[in-house]
Amino acid sequence: MTEPTSPPATPRLSPLHEQHVALGASFTDFAGWQMPVRYTSDLAEHHAVRTAAGLFDISHMAEIAVIGEQAGAFLDAALAGRLSALPVGRAKYSLVLDEHGGIIDDVIVYRVSEPEYLVVANASNRDAVVTALRARTADHAVALDDRTDALALIAVQGPAARAILEATPGFSAEGLDALRYYAWAPGAFALAGESVAVMVARTGYTGEDGFELYLDTAHAPALWEALLAAGEPLGLVPAGLAARDTLRLEAGMPLYGHELGLSIQPVQAGLGRVVVTDKPAFVGKAAIEAGPGADARVLVGLSAEGKRAARAGYPVLAGDEVVGEVTSGALSPTLGHPIAMAFVHPDHATVGTGLDLDVRGSRIPATVVPLPFYRKEA
Amino acid sequence: MSVPSDLQYTAEHEWVRLEGDVATVGITQYAADALGDVVYVDLPKVGASVASGAIVGEVESTKSVGELYAPLNGEVVEANQAVVDAPETINSDPYGEGWLVKIRVAETPALLSADEYRALIGE
Repeated sequence: MTEPTSPPATPRLSPLHEQHVALGASFTDFAGWQMPVRYTSDLAEHHAVRTAAGLFDISHMAEIAVIGEQAGAFLDAALAGRLSALPVGRAKYSLVLDEHGGIIDDVIVYRVSEPEYLVVANASNRDAVVTALRARTADHAVALDDRTDALALIAVQGPAARAILEATPGFSAEGLDALRYYAWAPGAFALAGESVAVMVARTGYTGEDGFELYLDTAHAPALWEALLAAGEPLGLVPAGLAARDTLRLEAGMPLYGHELGLSIQPVQAGLGRVVVTDKPAFVGKAAIEAGPGADARVLVGLSAEGKRAARAGYPVLAGDEVVGEVTSGALSPTLGHPIAMAFVHPDHATVGTGLDLDVRGSRIPATVVPLPFYRKEA
Repeated sequence: MSVPSDLQYTAEHEWVRLEGDVATVGITQYAADALGDVVYVDLPKVGASVASGAIVGEVESTKSVGELYAPLNGEVVEANQAVVDAPETINSDPYGEGWLVKIRVAETPALLSADEYRALIGE
């Protein structure tokens, strides 16, 4: 067996760290944070999210508020999408591009109020996103406020998510039943006579219905414990980053550093629709309009038989020619066969194309399939 | 973390139970826990000659792949087909039903004691 990796000397701890320790979590280093990789079993946690619900601590995510009358105009210029058109109470998936059209990060942007947005970025890209946004504020009177250290983020994901929120004592949110996907509503959590604000968003990274709850770090442990206690009879289990990764892979959702990066243009990753090119100006516009070139590799889904999964970095072959590289792969817990996402030459990207995966020297036949691999029932 | 005192160990997180000239080999609970749920196992064929330190198989979880190293020189006399069919046995019973291969040893190998292995994994 190969040596398991150990975390660095001084990892950052989540505001829910004590809860994770009490639950017997195994930890992993993720972007400098020590986060739960699993509590009991990756597979059990994965299946719980597909059939009931999982409770995730994703407090390592970065939250950056953008505030000012020109916040919408600023984000239109700084990000790939048209955020000025986003109504209050709604959220939008967007990208931070560089001048070459490469992806600095993928983000979810919530419109908190008319003059305020919340940009939620990956933990590993917090500094890069803050730096990029700050550099782009020159032409707009906006204030940036990095609230990452002040906010906890708890995700309740799975078909039972709404019932669990409704069953949690002290928790309330306006119009939960009518809340749309990629929308948010103000909520509250009452604790010992005190009520704290919770931003309740119907967003997630699992391919299931679910909610993401933003609140201050001090009250997060009590909400976490209340959700777990109320959710247990409904099948809720705490779930770690291992399950989160297989869930998002089945749902065809990209992970920065795997499917997204500085050398990848959005269109290559199937995210062309996220870039609004008819804006007057935004960072990366010229490069996006020029495009990545006709031979630029594109992201595909690959499905294989058997049990051996290709992993990130494994070559994709057409005959004896290397035509691509796997970016993420696993034995799909829900589907029972190996799945992978890979960048391949556009000549080999058509659905139905047969390719081979080089799994540590063995060739595993695979077929290009549409993404996502898994879609929840409507 | 369970490290049975009646077994010997390797720095690559395998355990060895030597009975006569046949060594039963598996991976430790520490290794199984680090991998997470094991979903695929590839074992050497019966009759294969293996050399200490050589890669002879794979233990794969949803998250990662671990290579199985031969802990000693010898010949594979049995591979655990039950664990190939039900890889989760490695997580549930790493020192029992989750054994991987039996090797007829050519010479008495130098392995770690349970105490030495406990020290290695920081216990």
